[in-house]
Amino acid sequence: MSAVEKVVESTETGSKVEEDYKRFIGRKIFFITFLLFLIVLLLGIGVTLGPIKYSILEVYTTILHRFFPNHFDVPALATTIIWNIRLPRILFGIVAGVGLAIAGCVLQGILRNPLASPYTLGIAHGAGFGASIAIIFGAGFAGGQYLIIGNAFIFSLIPAFFIFGLALYKRATPETMILAGIAMMYLFSAAITLVQYFAAPEAVKAVVFWMVGDLGRAAWSKLSPMSIVLACCIPIVILKAWDLNVMSAGDESAKSLGVNVERIRIFVLMLASLLISAIVCFTGAIGFIGLVAPHIARMVIGGDNRFLIPASGLVGAVMLVVADIAAMQIMAPVILPVGVLTAFMGVPLFIYLIIRRKREFW
Amino acid sequence: MVKLKVKDVEFSYASVPILKDVCIELATSEMLSVVGPNGAGKSTLLRCIDRILKPQRGSILLDEREIKEMSRMELAKKMGYIPQSSAQVFPATVFDTVLMGRRPHVGWRSSEKDMKKVLETLQMLNIKSFAMRDINELSGGQQQKVFIARALTQEPDVLLLDEPTSNLDIKHQLEVMDIIKNIVREKGIAAIMAIHDLNLASRYADRIIMMNGGEIFDAGDAASVLTPENIKHVYDVEVEVPNHSGRPYIVPIRPVR
Repeated sequence: MSAVEKVVESTETGSKVEEDYKRFIGRKIFFITFLLFLIVLLLGIGVTLGPIKYSILEVYTTILHRFFPNHFDVPALATTIIWNIRLPRILFGIVAGVGLAIAGCVLQGILRNPLASPYTLGIAHGAGFGASIAIIFGAGFAGGQYLIIGNAFIFSLIPAFFIFGLALYKRATPETMILAGIAMMYLFSAAITLVQYFAAPEAVKAVVFWMVGDLGRAAWSKLSPMSIVLACCIPIVILKAWDLNVMSAGDESAKSLGVNVERIRIFVLMLASLLISAIVCFTGAIGFIGLVAPHIARMVIGGDNRFLIPASGLVGAVMLVVADIAAMQIMAPVILPVGVLTAFMGVPLFIYLIIRRKREFW
Repeated sequence: MVKLKVKDVEFSYASVPILKDVCIELATSEMLSVVGPNGAGKSTLLRCIDRILKPQRGSILLDEREIKEMSRMELAKKMGYIPQSSAQVFPATVFDTVLMGRRPHVGWRSSEKDMKKVLETLQMLNIKSFAMRDINELSGGQQQKVFIARALTQEPDVLLLDEPTSNLDIKHQLEVMDIIKNIVREKGIAAIMAIHDLNLASRYADRIIMMNGGEIFDAGDAASVLTPENIKHVYDVEVEVPNHSGRPYIVPIRPVR
């Protein structure tokens, strides 16, 4: 091969790599767009389903009625059910799914551990303990309908603050953080058992139900605080996507590439904890989404956090909304708690994906 | 021209001293090898120079500026570090891994210029054919080349290499060393390399530093440092050092009992 041919060949492979890379990026953008459409579709289908049957036309005129009050004739009951119950429930599912999955995704990233999830840090157990105190003893930081929520939120921050403190005092290695989180988990689950031991059976049942996680407590008034926290935290973690990418190469490499590893780790951990607390205090501990959604997204589009963070969130939203629709339909009119369904539906899907992959790890 | 100056550096892990009074000067286009037995402090020295670890005493000057006073990002624009092995848990393509080297230079979006830099480097190291593969699927030699590529897209003036040949077969060892040697020559980069293989050090380094117990035992060109006496003292190994095309060639005989 002459020198000229070699040069020609090398520039050709150059443009080929570039093309491949652009196609790879294109695929990621396509996946995210596809999920967005899927969510809109699920939202549309979800509102038409429920114990009381309304036709699709009735459902949508009821929704449109809210925006254009003078054009439609809608019964008051339909407004109550569709606008005040079904719609906030689905939106609740979307927001909670996005938040839990994104929190899981960034925690897996900063802790460099595929097993990390929103509950690895003991946040759910802290929330559960706060809720238990409110349910069993009726004592809390806030009154009225915010008694349980307020308690759950405040107590869920305790394990997080303990871990920050430890990370600031000692060096913030992922191992220290995970171990501290697991210790917090055991501490709070023991505390929950202790208060349950002295509680009336009805109260214990209420605590157990709270812990499973459910979207049944959805309401417009609760949707906004959750959404505000999400709207504040998520753009910031997406802005930190490059640092998360670099940190996936290991602390030493990340430092040599200019990333202040310890500071980013604590900062992202704080954002993730806030996200998780803001969701869990309203829904209870909905499991599995935060662990699995990031893995599913990663299998499809790879590890680049610039795309992985939004994609994980959308996968989480789809999973939670689908699980909730199933939870309402499977044994209708009995509504199962969605926390049970996420695991029952998620585990087979997850195992299928693991087996299907030829590689040891994706 | 002095590029990097390490002066009286001391480092200890929980009061166990690892480095004691280490002084080094490094010029542009110079390739310095650091040799010494396990635990001599070679890797620790490199980590101190890149501020991955903070020395308790002494100063490290890059272009006559204290690195302590530079931000991590500033330092990353001037100094590249190539680790011994990958710590990558999650998937990352070779392309994306090399693109990480642009981190000190880019904002959130990577530009066409960054893409071109990556492609150039992939081309230079001849690893373009697996640009879209996952880094965890590659062999040790290929991974090592990817890390070199990542450090080069960083466009550093100083390159630190921690045992770049430790996991490689003999062909990859020579390939990787040739690449590094060429880069050092062509781009006027200064390189410090911790290395176990004395023969590779002898063959490729402009200057060798021999460390023992956290101190510099001897420094100079290969012929003056890699002597049977030095090696016996530092490694407890008896060797013969015949000359092979102008370079000392170390033939181990037996460990000193």
